Amino acid sequence: MYYFDNSATTKISKEVLDEMMPYLTEKFGNASTIYSLGVESRTAILNAREQVAKALGCSSKEIYFTSSGTESDNWAIKGVTYANKDKGKHIITTAIEHHAVLHTCEYLEKQGFEVTYLPVKDNGIIDLEVLKKEIRKDTILITIMAANNEIGSIQPITEIGKIAKKHNIYFHTDAVQAVGNIDIDVNKSNIDLLSFSGHKINGPKGIGVLYIREGVNIDNLLHGGGQERGKRPSTENVASIVGISKAIEIATKDIPKKSKYLIKLRERCIKGILDNIPDTIVNGDREKRLPGNVNVCFKYIEGESILLMLDQLGICASSGSACTSGELNPSHVLLALGLPHEIAHGSLRISISKDNTEEEIEYVLSVLPGIVQKLRDMSPLYNKEK
Amino acid sequence: MENYSEKVMDHFMNPRNVGEIKDADGIGEVGNPRCGDIMKMYIKVKDNKITDVKFLTFGCGAAVATSSMITELIKGKTLDEALEISNRQVAEALNGLPPVKMHCSNLAEQAVKAAIEDYKKKNEK
Repeated sequence: MYYFDNSATTKISKEVLDEMMPYLTEKFGNASTIYSLGVESRTAILNAREQVAKALGCSSKEIYFTSSGTESDNWAIKGVTYANKDKGKHIITTAIEHHAVLHTCEYLEKQGFEVTYLPVKDNGIIDLEVLKKEIRKDTILITIMAANNEIGSIQPITEIGKIAKKHNIYFHTDAVQAVGNIDIDVNKSNIDLLSFSGHKINGPKGIGVLYIREGVNIDNLLHGGGQERGKRPSTENVASIVGISKAIEIATKDIPKKSKYLIKLRERCIKGILDNIPDTIVNGDREKRLPGNVNVCFKYIEGESILLMLDQLGICASSGSACTSGELNPSHVLLALGLPHEIAHGSLRISISKDNTEEEIEYVLSVLPGIVQKLRDMSPLYNKEK
Repeated sequence: MENYSEKVMDHFMNPRNVGEIKDADGIGEVGNPRCGDIMKMYIKVKDNKITDVKFLTFGCGAAVATSSMITELIKGKTLDEALEISNRQVAEALNGLPPVKMHCSNLAEQAVKAAIEDYKKKNEK
């Protein structure tokens, strides 16, 4: 199998699994109990929290474990807007956020909040001047992703953090795709809240983190017991908490070295595609993009068909096409770049991880032109252009 | 999403009757780029029977498979018989389609109807 869908999820690493195993078997104690078995669990969580804090450059008091990136996003956005509704009702986000952010904002609009969806330039990056202009007296939250899941474009979060701080507005960033791929320091970038998840960084699924800067006024999403200092009740998922902390430790260990390797594979992949497949567009910024992200549109064909043919050859990839998600419209991200519908339908995302090799890239490059041609030969749009 | 049946995958990977008919007697084009599916159906008609059919499709796996399947279903049929073929029959012939893909079979049915209509219009005069 050739796995090139690492932005969707990653394989859990052996080191992570080994750390988790005792807590899935003999060390099963509830972390809220008084006896030694519980103490073991409690200690494991304590250490995990410190590990995550170290990776983000914050205090362990500011780390909260959740069930997913989606939950972290929901909590950050709903929690901050509800707690600060006396100060204002305006939220700023972008048109290319993950649905966990976009649909949460749309829900809040129904509750009477107002949301500005910033456009992006054709490289998938926001214009800071536009952001400044959209800030209002009643803006209470800016939520902008650190890096985009589809096209990999990296937002200027340090500049955004500076602007947010100057106007005394909370800044949340969905860093699900960014953590472990680019250096993030919550203090340097003035980030008040940050979400990420375990399974994107070779950790387990079903675990996420929300960093909440000390002093941020935020309501609970869940109400219940006293876990996570009463802010996020639920019996702790000890094994996964241990897993995500090990995963982020490994993922943030040597970002420059990993990044250099991924960029080499990415650039080989993009060049190979552009050299051999005409009528192809690269989506997103060519420089400010995730090191392992390749996203292209092949004109005249549709994404799901490409994926099905790749799958027949053992290659796992992804597409922003409507037909892969059961929705009617193609990717909102590609449309936000200004691409017309028929081109946006023909997207292919290849997300590379450190476990991929040059040989695997060469294999993809050897089969992709044939697949695209086969589908184009079948396409009325292609035949019309000919 | 539900999985595609083996038959859908077979028709997708080895579509029957792909291409154009240069001197087609009827051509039907349905769908639009917005929804992500466009089908173009070409038919040859002799003595009220469909003697040949070819298609071009821009779309997902189900769109290609339903196009391919319907060409097999209508080849050799009379125009009236072809007009009676419903999207449900196409889906059944493919051993089912995931619910979110049912609109693709609908499109295949419409493409055939449009091609026959085009033929009839041309032969009215």
